[in-house]
Amino acid sequence: MAGSVRDAIVDLTEARPEASARRRARSARRSAGLRTPAWVGWLFVAPALLVYLVFVLRPLVATFEYSLYRWNGIGPSTWVGLDNYREVFTDPELLKTITNAFELIVFFSVIPVLLGLAIASVIRRIATSRLALVGRTVLFLPQVIPLVAAGIAWSWMLADDGFVNQVLRWVGLDGAARAWLGDFSTALPAVGAIGAWVLLGLVTLLLLSGMSKIDPVLYEAARMDGAGPLREFFHVTLPSLRQEIGVCVTVTVIAALASFDIVYVSTQGGPGNATMVPGLEIYYQAFSERRIGVASALAVVLMVLVLAFVLPIQWLTRRGER
Amino acid sequence: MIVARRETWVARGLLIALMAVTIVPFVSLFTTALHESGTYPDGISWPSDPHWENFLDAFRVAHMGELLWSSTLIVLGVVPVSLLIGTMAGFAIGHLRMWGSRLLFLLFVLGLTLPFEGIITPLYYQMRDFGLLNTRWAIILPLIGLFMPFAVFWMRAHFVNMPDELSEAARMDGANTWQLFWRIHVPLALPAISSLAILLFLWTWNQFLLAIVLVDDPAKRTMAGALGAFQGQWGTDMPLLCAGSLLILTPTLILFVVFQRRFVAALLQGSLKG
Repeated sequence: MAGSVRDAIVDLTEARPEASARRRARSARRSAGLRTPAWVGWLFVAPALLVYLVFVLRPLVATFEYSLYRWNGIGPSTWVGLDNYREVFTDPELLKTITNAFELIVFFSVIPVLLGLAIASVIRRIATSRLALVGRTVLFLPQVIPLVAAGIAWSWMLADDGFVNQVLRWVGLDGAARAWLGDFSTALPAVGAIGAWVLLGLVTLLLLSGMSKIDPVLYEAARMDGAGPLREFFHVTLPSLRQEIGVCVTVTVIAALASFDIVYVSTQGGPGNATMVPGLEIYYQAFSERRIGVASALAVVLMVLVLAFVLPIQWLTRRGER
Repeated sequence: MIVARRETWVARGLLIALMAVTIVPFVSLFTTALHESGTYPDGISWPSDPHWENFLDAFRVAHMGELLWSSTLIVLGVVPVSLLIGTMAGFAIGHLRMWGSRLLFLLFVLGLTLPFEGIITPLYYQMRDFGLLNTRWAIILPLIGLFMPFAVFWMRAHFVNMPDELSEAARMDGANTWQLFWRIHVPLALPAISSLAILLFLWTWNQFLLAIVLVDDPAKRTMAGALGAFQGQWGTDMPLLCAGSLLILTPTLILFVVFQRRFVAALLQGSLKG
């Protein structure tokens, strides 16, 4: 899903302390000229609210409802209480999808953010050069193409005769070459690498734009004090980037937990169950196995997981800003 | 001074390496697409006789013309409506700030982090009950709903910073609320709206999950959804699959190159304002 970009923008526009202060001051001296009856305002919101209610909130409530029943989608449904949730947390196959999603966080989130930080702090010095301008366009490419296309391109890169193995054979590491997505031990990290490729450029650019806002005086001062690049990074760059890092972590963690497109085209959850993730399992449970209840329970767990990750990250990186 | 120069070179090298890693998969797609259909070439190798006709073949077997049309219809169904009603709601919540607008805002924000998989199952049955399964409406209507949290959020962020004095002046001239919105605020919001338009276009065009669940006929899907079907059918013919994938990602790529300034700005805009 291209939602990663969406969330990035959301977070960055939201975090504007001075704007909210201005807003408060303004509504205090609200004058007669804007006095619009409340119902007119509601009329303006009505169409958006209507589609949102019918096509998002209603199905959202239905997911909770379905999760309490056993239903095959056609016949009558039976009330089973929390049995579906019990199954999600005890069936090793379903539980594995969740642990897989956690493992993907390492590849989708931890690695791109750490690598992005390192790369951005090095190329910060040339951030205004023509090369960096070109770089900005190139690094955005993975955000523009469908994830499905990224999945297909990388399935081929990681295949037996793919480019990755070609390189390994060139440098004489024939033994390491394998069908990365077909091997039980490497399939999940290989899927993770695809995600890292998609997200690294975005993360780097977001961090870079954050760094461009840091007052250069701080760097000069650090240099005067004889700080090397490392100390400069830990004492100047990192503390100033709390908010951007928060954005990057939020975006990438959601991408990891809710991954679907990439896994669907590159491995379909295989080999065996090695790369099965919650999103794909919901799809299979609901539309192949016809177990609507279990699919819905897993969907609820997935949505709760996303919130359980996102809310603390937001809280941590926003604290003390307003 | 010498240290600084060395650092610049390291920076350049690193950036170039990163760009190379980003581009390699595209190169691999491209060179493979030029090999003889049905063969298994090496990851990246230039064929002795490039088979440019693979692109034509892929265009034909993937029914690319039909797909382009289908995706265009879906985009036309989703984007203008989403822009209009999202802007209206953002205007009311961010600028009119009537009674209940905070609550409404919270309700929309609730949907911002929602994974589409969370509601896909009930959505399927809802669309079946509406009799819309396997029509483009099954993609268009839910997508408008799913885009609302972001659209409202984005437009509200714009309208919140518009000075009240502007509206007051228009009011003095006797404008009603709709005229105020349509004549004064929409023209001023065009930069925010056009950035939103680009993003919504991309997310519609690239939408995969809704397309494969709600529409069986690939010819009625989005480009991304159709690519999934294409892979299922031609997955064993590497050169053809690569040619098809390249064709399918070309339209967004062209748009990106044309609008890249706008696009990159859209993404980084928020951060600069921060």
